[in-house]
Amino acid sequence: MYRVVITGAGSVNALGHDVPDTLEAMREGRCGIGALDFQDVERLSIQIGGQVRGFEAEGRYNRQQMSLYDRFTQFTLAAAKEAIEQSGLTFSGDEAAKSGVVLGTAGGGVSTWDANYRSVYEEGKNRVHPFVVPKLMNNAAASHVSMEHNLKGPSFTVSTACASSNHAMAQAFQMVRSGMAPAMITGGSESMLCFGGVKAWEGLRVMSKDVCRPFSANRNGMVQGEGAGIFVFEEYEHARKRGADILCEVIGFAMSSDASDIVMPSKNGAARAMAGALADAKVNRDQVGYINAHGTGTAANDKSECAAVADVFGPHADKLMISSTKSMHGHLIGGTGAVELLACIMALRDGIIAPTIGYEKPDPECALDVVPNDAREAKVDVVLSNAFAFGGMNAVLALARV
Amino acid sequence: MSVQDKVIEIIAEQAVLEPGDVTMDSTLEDLGIDSLGLVESIFAIEEEFDISVPFNANDPSESDFDISNVQSIIAGIEKLIADQKD
Repeated sequence: MYRVVITGAGSVNALGHDVPDTLEAMREGRCGIGALDFQDVERLSIQIGGQVRGFEAEGRYNRQQMSLYDRFTQFTLAAAKEAIEQSGLTFSGDEAAKSGVVLGTAGGGVSTWDANYRSVYEEGKNRVHPFVVPKLMNNAAASHVSMEHNLKGPSFTVSTACASSNHAMAQAFQMVRSGMAPAMITGGSESMLCFGGVKAWEGLRVMSKDVCRPFSANRNGMVQGEGAGIFVFEEYEHARKRGADILCEVIGFAMSSDASDIVMPSKNGAARAMAGALADAKVNRDQVGYINAHGTGTAANDKSECAAVADVFGPHADKLMISSTKSMHGHLIGGTGAVELLACIMALRDGIIAPTIGYEKPDPECALDVVPNDAREAKVDVVLSNAFAFGGMNAVLALARV
Repeated sequence: MSVQDKVIEIIAEQAVLEPGDVTMDSTLEDLGIDSLGLVESIFAIEEEFDISVPFNANDPSESDFDISNVQSIIAGIEKLIADQKD
């Protein structure tokens, strides 16, 4: 078994168009959620989201690329460029043949589906652009990253709703840990903030109309976000030999399935995933200083997640910190674990714990240290990142300071 | 068909019961309707009566719509139909 480290990180999300801007916003507890801006938004009952603003595809991508890149692919490519440049890796020869791309997304090219359905159903057109299919397919983003960076090893896309990117990163971790690949590009992206995407979510009646305040007694639901988080997972010796700057180490993961309900989370499934990640990483529960929560801001998630943490950590649950950065960037669905991994890296590397903003009122059923409203300085050695999806599919990653 | 009969029909269909088995004091729990079933029933009611029901699944008690039993649901819907008629 090889050790696996992260040597590059990139992101586009509502808090920033790169990692430094995102981390600065998280340190300052800034909120990236605001009024949604797209066609027909006035017909929605939910009109807020963590929308990426000022990210112009024009100028960034050429005409040919634009016809192939859905917004989720655009975010992915920008984040992948940042991550791979930071790592200093270039892929050629045998290394390129072994290194690949595993990304998560729940919906893929949702705005491409939306725009083309609009054109054929609403506008009555009978012809669509020839590249609709390659643009909207869920693996489009991973494919374009492989093409752009000459990654010829195992590449695919994982889709497990809100846990997609954690499942993807767990898969990439395994590939590097087993020696199958010297490096993997991994993470995830999502862009559902269009009329059809938000309309579908509205139907579930779990969305907040005003603000996302996870763990706060007066929370009233989740808020969607969009964007991408992309990382370079690299074998430790490979990184050390070339003098790479190591951001942190990935030390374990676990996946579990609730096998109970298609939308309601189970405390037991979440607890098994967290306990499994600790066992895989061979760390004791009292070594964990911070958990980046799934923390959606829905009653169902927040209560069961806190109960699961209490079950797994026992008395140590009262000593660790747990925050939900979804309060700032919104819920990026299939890309959410990837953007949230940035908060884990910041905790380990910079000793700064991102806050849960919008927190107003303690909830006795979420009685943990949720780092309310203000970031905190704290030295932590081991952190967990939780993702619990609709369908009861859970994936938890364990990371450590190097 | 009256509002009451139609709502009972919708609830009965969701609960996989005969309308005659749904009484005014039945709770959703009595009828075996879970949170997902409730959201589906509300959708069917909104479609049937062309109204918008203020209901947030995160905290049903905070919503301005009383779901404590079949009677309160029918009363709420009758009020919404009257309020939203224009």
